[in-house]
Amino acid sequence: MSRPVTNPRHGRMRNLLSIADLGPDVAAGINEVMTLTDSFVEVSERTIPKVPALRGRTVVSLFFEDSTRTRLSFETAAKRLSADTMNFSVSTSSVKKGESLRDTIETIEAMGVDAIVVRHASAGVPRQVAQWATSAVINAGDGWHEHPTQALLDCYTIRQRFGDVAGKHIAIVGDIRHSRVARSNVAAFTALGADVTLVAPPTLLPPSLEGWPVKISTDIDAVLPTVDVCYLLRMQRERMTEALIPTIREYSNRFGVNEKRAELLPDHALIMHPGPMNRGVEIDAAVADHPNTVIVDQVRNGVAVRMAVLFLLLGSGTTWGGEADV
Amino acid sequence: MSEQLNAIDRKATVSESAGWIITGGLVVDRTGERIADVAVRPDGTIAAVGTALDLNALGLNNAPVIDASGCVVAPGFVDIHTHLREPGREEAETIETGSRAAALGGYTAIVAMPNTEPTIDSVAVVRQVLDAGIAAGLCDVRSSCSITIGREGDALSPMAELAAAGVRIFTDDGCGVQDDRLMRRALEYASGLPEPVVLAQHCEVEALSHGGHMHEGEWSSRLGIPGIPAEAEELMVFRDIALSRLTGMAVHFQHLSTAGAVALVRDAKARGLNVTAEATPHHFSLTHAEVASYDPVFKVNPPLRSADDVAAVKAGLADGTIDAIATDHAPHTADVKEAPFDHAPCGMLGLETALALGITELVEPGVLTMMEFMAKMSWNPAAIARIDDIHGRTIEADAPAHLVIFDPALEWTVDPAALASKSDNTPYAGRVVRGKVRYTLLCGVPTVFDGEAQR
Repeated sequence: MSRPVTNPRHGRMRNLLSIADLGPDVAAGINEVMTLTDSFVEVSERTIPKVPALRGRTVVSLFFEDSTRTRLSFETAAKRLSADTMNFSVSTSSVKKGESLRDTIETIEAMGVDAIVVRHASAGVPRQVAQWATSAVINAGDGWHEHPTQALLDCYTIRQRFGDVAGKHIAIVGDIRHSRVARSNVAAFTALGADVTLVAPPTLLPPSLEGWPVKISTDIDAVLPTVDVCYLLRMQRERMTEALIPTIREYSNRFGVNEKRAELLPDHALIMHPGPMNRGVEIDAAVADHPNTVIVDQVRNGVAVRMAVLFLLLGSGTTWGGEADV
Repeated sequence: MSEQLNAIDRKATVSESAGWIITGGLVVDRTGERIADVAVRPDGTIAAVGTALDLNALGLNNAPVIDASGCVVAPGFVDIHTHLREPGREEAETIETGSRAAALGGYTAIVAMPNTEPTIDSVAVVRQVLDAGIAAGLCDVRSSCSITIGREGDALSPMAELAAAGVRIFTDDGCGVQDDRLMRRALEYASGLPEPVVLAQHCEVEALSHGGHMHEGEWSSRLGIPGIPAEAEELMVFRDIALSRLTGMAVHFQHLSTAGAVALVRDAKARGLNVTAEATPHHFSLTHAEVASYDPVFKVNPPLRSADDVAAVKAGLADGTIDAIATDHAPHTADVKEAPFDHAPCGMLGLETALALGITELVEPGVLTMMEFMAKMSWNPAAIARIDDIHGRTIEADAPAHLVIFDPALEWTVDPAALASKSDNTPYAGRVVRGKVRYTLLCGVPTVFDGEAQR
């Protein structure tokens, strides 16, 4: 029988499941996170990068899919806010013994947690979890659907370099179809007023782009001279077996950013990548190490952005309060 | 009358009653509609239909009265697409609970789909299903059979044996027969059977649908859920129309869901081919936008399609391209539906909501007249199931009293917990609809009386 769902939590933003959750005015919501991130970047630069803002709060990482960087980034963020962190490891859990997703969530909740950071290979799982949970739910990546904190850290990184995202031309290149990063970034970039062009063979685009405020191109060489940001996506080798591309080599020749192609970019243009990179496939080794490549900044900003998100969801007010180190 | 029905009749304690007089209802059947009383004999047949019936002459002056004023009195509904889950998945539904849901939905006959465990592909399993239906005594439960052994698409089921055991619909429902040559042979072989059988196809080309979990389009793209293109359905409809023409054999298309599939069937009928088609209530009342909730209660196969497809299904119902409304009633327990969308099984309940959805979505907006709607709920599906000698008959003297009496204006709110099905995976929770069954008579025996199941 179905169990009733009640949720006593109130607040401006209860969960972060998708970019649209940032509020009716998505741009304002993103900007709020950006402003808060500024102060957490400052915290991260201290000798002891830790504040007591979430002392006594518990954040659980519930990762059903392997992830190193996102999980570490969230845990670092929670620890810098003095929250207690717990790790739910699927390989050693009762999920392997056939426990249902809902039972897993209710078991974790019964232990008394304040936030659940969820990653799952299936789209929509964070939304389902949010229905069953009373704690705040943060989507750390669900299938091909969304990865909102990645988009927020990408926005922050662009803003850090250019002062603003509005009016910038951003090309997202590669496997858009299977990319949660692309879906969150299209939503975030366009909400902030950027122009977005998706560059990919038709097989790697979503079957329908109805309602997507983007341009499409299959000619990366024509697009690169016009962009402020070239955002490359990871190209997975298994796409070859699904006949989505003939060979990795052909993909790399048509869409990979090698040194020669990088020269087509304006001098100021940034190269971004959500990681992990396939050097020699979507990005050449030399380009990955180019000064305009901000991949390390993205990772660094990721911690501060996730601190901001955790604080917005779990903090007690609009200021994070803890000026003193602990 | 069939062996099954006599068995139900003998078991029924209420059949000891003195018959029934159903007064003041709008009698709707294939001959038209008129306000009339219907007198039912204790033996389960209709004694007379008309106004000012002479009950003394009929020997029914002691028969209790069912006041049907404001109600429609129609031949009992026939569902040619019901998943009863027994044998094998009794935690989700049994033949008894499914029969009860059917009776409450106004059905007097249902055809069980063969995707059970084991598959219904042998006379032994057919007998098991029929016996359980008789034991439940709530509905005339018929069994379909798979076209291929184990629904594996490799070898034909023993069709002659099965037809002799009463099977009239053969289908691998849940998947279509992928192999073109095997499907051709199945049709050719079936065309030589002494019984009038039909091959019913769940049209889906797996090479195109593989890995998909919802309709491919705007919403699948946005939600990041792998899609099933409409063409996966349409290609198999196209093939089976061609094979029907090649073999001369009847083909029935299950749960049409795309505008292209409706157009193909319309064209085939215009060319005089021997094809029929059904549509489900969910394909004329819900779109793929529902999946935005990621609630697997909206996961079904064929998937919920676009608004244009819904409009095409309604147009197909209106112009007769689609002969029947079938529920594809597919119970699943809450725990398997509370899974990630791409892990959850397909299917939704339908038996107890089909009538109300038809009235609310088709009759009230003027897509169908009440009589056309009744045709698609009763006598058309009865003909497709080859049981129109018993079900969906004209309401007249000596016909078996398989009747439904429903109030077309009664408004109610769908409450999953209140449904008789053992599962509660209805996509209509909280939806306000109109039209509710008040009485269902199976062989003159009330299986539903004043809205309550009698067993």
